[in-house]
Amino acid sequence: MSSPAQPLAASLVQSVDWLAIAPPTITAVAGLVVLVADLFLPEHRKALLGWTSVAGLAAATAMLLPLLDGDRSTFCLTGDTAVCSYTADRFSLVIQFLVLGGALLSALLSVTALKDARKELPEGEYWFLLLSSAAGAALLPASRDLATLIVALEVASLPAFALVGLRYGDRKSSEAALKFFLSSVTATAVSLMGISFLYATTGTLYLTQVAHRIQDVDGQFHTLAQTGVVLTLVGFAFKTAAVPFHFWVPDTYVGAPLPIAAYLSVIGKAVGFSGLILVTVVALPSYADVWGPALAALAALTMTVGNVGALRQQATRAYSAVRLLAWSSVGQAGYLLVPIAAAAYSGDAEKSIGSTVAYALMYGAVNLGAFAVAALVGRTKSLNRVADYRGLYASSPLSALLLAFFLLCLAGLPPGIIGLFAKVTVFSAAVDAGLGWLAVIMAVNVVIALFYYLQWTALLFRAPEGEPVKHRVPGPVTAAIALTGVLGIALSGAPQLVLVFTDTGLF
Amino acid sequence: MIDISESVMQFLLAFIVVGPLLGAVAALLPAPPGLKGKSPEQAVLRHGVTVTGTVLIAAIVLALGFDHDQPSKMQASTDISWIPALDVRIHLGIDGISLPLLVLTALLTFLCALYSYFKMPAGPTPKAFVALLLVLESGTLATFAVLDLLLFFLAFEMVLIPMYFLIARWGGEGRSQAAWRFILYTLLGSVVMLLGLLLIGIKAGTFDMMALATDNGRSLTTSVQVIAVLAIGIGLAVKTPMWPLHSWLPDAHTAAPTVGSVLLAGVLLKMGTYGFVRILLPIAPDGFRTFAPYLAALAVVGIIYGSLACLALAKQGAKGDLKRLIAYSSVGHMGFVLLGISTMTPTGVNGALFANIAHGLITGLLFFLVGALKDRTGTTDLDTLAEETGAALYGKAPRLGGLLAFAAVASLGLPGLAGFWGEMLALFGAFQPAAGLNRAAFLTFMAIGAFGTLLTAAYLLIVVRRVCMGALPHDAPRLTDVRSYEFAAWTPLVVLTVVAGLWPKALLGLSDPAVQQLLAGGTR
Repeated sequence: MSSPAQPLAASLVQSVDWLAIAPPTITAVAGLVVLVADLFLPEHRKALLGWTSVAGLAAATAMLLPLLDGDRSTFCLTGDTAVCSYTADRFSLVIQFLVLGGALLSALLSVTALKDARKELPEGEYWFLLLSSAAGAALLPASRDLATLIVALEVASLPAFALVGLRYGDRKSSEAALKFFLSSVTATAVSLMGISFLYATTGTLYLTQVAHRIQDVDGQFHTLAQTGVVLTLVGFAFKTAAVPFHFWVPDTYVGAPLPIAAYLSVIGKAVGFSGLILVTVVALPSYADVWGPALAALAALTMTVGNVGALRQQATRAYSAVRLLAWSSVGQAGYLLVPIAAAAYSGDAEKSIGSTVAYALMYGAVNLGAFAVAALVGRTKSLNRVADYRGLYASSPLSALLLAFFLLCLAGLPPGIIGLFAKVTVFSAAVDAGLGWLAVIMAVNVVIALFYYLQWTALLFRAPEGEPVKHRVPGPVTAAIALTGVLGIALSGAPQLVLVFTDTGLF
Repeated sequence: MIDISESVMQFLLAFIVVGPLLGAVAALLPAPPGLKGKSPEQAVLRHGVTVTGTVLIAAIVLALGFDHDQPSKMQASTDISWIPALDVRIHLGIDGISLPLLVLTALLTFLCALYSYFKMPAGPTPKAFVALLLVLESGTLATFAVLDLLLFFLAFEMVLIPMYFLIARWGGEGRSQAAWRFILYTLLGSVVMLLGLLLIGIKAGTFDMMALATDNGRSLTTSVQVIAVLAIGIGLAVKTPMWPLHSWLPDAHTAAPTVGSVLLAGVLLKMGTYGFVRILLPIAPDGFRTFAPYLAALAVVGIIYGSLACLALAKQGAKGDLKRLIAYSSVGHMGFVLLGISTMTPTGVNGALFANIAHGLITGLLFFLVGALKDRTGTTDLDTLAEETGAALYGKAPRLGGLLAFAAVASLGLPGLAGFWGEMLALFGAFQPAAGLNRAAFLTFMAIGAFGTLLTAAYLLIVVRRVCMGALPHDAPRLTDVRSYEFAAWTPLVVLTVVAGLWPKALLGLSDPAVQQLLAGGTR
């Protein structure tokens, strides 16, 4: 980690590198602007709020570009400039790109969803909450001390609860929000307890210092430190929706507005696993023997439960498409955890982490794409059953082809080449680390997942029931589908674009 | 034979792999003005014929330009870095082992496209049909042309989706279940195979097949080789298919449309055996030696099992389906191929490769003929066809009957036709297996295999008797005899079957040096 050159004894006031913190800051500021503007805008011009938010997110994403030239750190200790709270290194930038890009796509979907909801959703609050959550999620991968980490985690999740329960007078929505809220708060509380244990044993909250000091913890405190490690992981495992912290997912996704479900499925996971990576690989590498097996077991359980859950969805049940995506996202979270677990065993932890990052980028693009098509179909078929996708090819061939492509990417079958190679990197991380059993479990899971993804894909090309109804596709949804489609196809042609992270250092 | 510069050869090979893929994309787009044809359907089917025809011509030119004096040398090779992070390279090349398979694939796909142009299988739009056919062709050609383990896996997987849809959309009765079975079996196998490929790649430090073959397993410990061979072997054995992993095959063949069956039997099954020869034999010889006796045992079980199943199906009153019968006979024929490979001798492996090509030609022809029979009579059920005395095809449609008898006789391995050499060489190989393999066991296998050829002859002759012969009632309606487009599609197969039978050196001369080198490791 490099630090900006600054005179040591300048002052006690920390100098702030505004450029480094620009991406989360712009997002947060845009959120506040939208909230205030909501008060002054007349009813018929509320659509401006949406476009302001989209512009804010786009600007925040663009602000990642000037940071590419090198690592920057800010909010450093005045005494020791190597110890910082905020670092914009490659890892942070990649995850921030995933988070902000994902939020941007969810925002595009939201523009149409809000227009269609016809005032059932309060616009100003919606955009404010979405942007604050995105700001928290963008802050998290860059935070390098446990306190900032927890604050970022909460900033990312608290608005999400509200977003899930935002629909006026919708019982299912508020029930989902309550479920999500209660379980999440418990998980955070457990995490906080773990962090306090870690603080008690090491006397510091900075990740690098924790990594350094926890190696020579007094023998008496060894158990305390170990407990602290495990408990800290709980909160992040919850956000990743790892089993057994996954039960909130299906109901929450169904209860939430669809763009929010898309948002949670990608950004929520990114928050969870980047937190996990920071805590495990950066802060606690010396406790790899504790979190390694725990994460490996968690990964195996998560993918199995998620995929079996997805497999059991009935195509004719209401909201089964969203439910299926929800369960499959649990399964995908399991794959994301595999390389993190492998990092405990392999000699080169950063390489393993790179596999998770590469997989997450692939997953982010194609999963949002699938949700975008689901949002499109949901406009005419409000129940959004898997069975409603039958014959989609007849009514809108392009979106059917793209959905098929996205699903095959998630399944990891050609023509979804990027999905295949992303899985290959995860497999190779596991095999490289000697986790053969985990690789085999994952292999079985991949086949289970193929079954339901393929079933859905096959349905798209069946003869439709009744006459296909053509309807105009709204611009923002088209943009979202096109963006994810282009991304997926470009990545399939040049997988190196994301797989490069498995090859080069991230921190 | 003719002198073509290396860069043109490189281009030809790349074109053969990528061309069909571009053609598939083009098939989905609306036809440009001037190429609209009589109707959109006709235009897209013609597009399929054009693309596969061009690819076939390119393959033939490639075969002519191939330096036949050095078949063991990789020719027309291209080596470009694709994904540096995973060390995946676009490495293409052909030698005496892959060239015949490449040409066979291009030929069979072209014949299928030609056949469908005149006789489109019942189902949804031909547009998707042609696109899927072309993707399938690209995947199979790529499997035989790539020299990188991960790329091989990619190509291996690429054929699944098109084949699934070909069966599930254009197939006959019970198609969706058969299609599911096909794809789930193969997927389960190939995911396991991926683990094995990764193990080899990670332990040896490269995914390049040439480098790994030259290394000849020296940088892999025996235990790694054993695990890798087991994992990769399962994946390939499902595809081949080896008894007892064959149970997807009969259903898939029965349900698939004619063209699908031809390609499935003619080229897709070869991908499995090709993988055994190209990957397992040279890259993990120690591991393969451990499993060779078991592989041989399962292979001969497959031979006997396939023949007995066919005998049972051919029996009167068994309600046997002709397509299913040919599918089971494929299990038996592929048993010979596996037996040849498991001997680890040049003789056996050459035999296996020869039998591969012969099976592609003969079984492809058989499926075409049975498909034509189904078009005319509406059934492939032997009992319905034959009724009491026999279907009397000789009387009703003499040319069709003659061709069917020819294909059946070729399939049973009559000397002078293609089916003979491969199986004989495979058995020869088993007579004197490679050093380190138990000769007594292989002699037993050879004896059982030889007995299998007798059973094969028995059921095929029964089929000929029941379908081609029989009393011809006077009022019996005559069936349409072979149409001209059918002649066009089948003649190349018949001719090649005879040529390969009479002049086996044409193929063996190509494969033998390459096989010798592959088994010896050595340098290229």
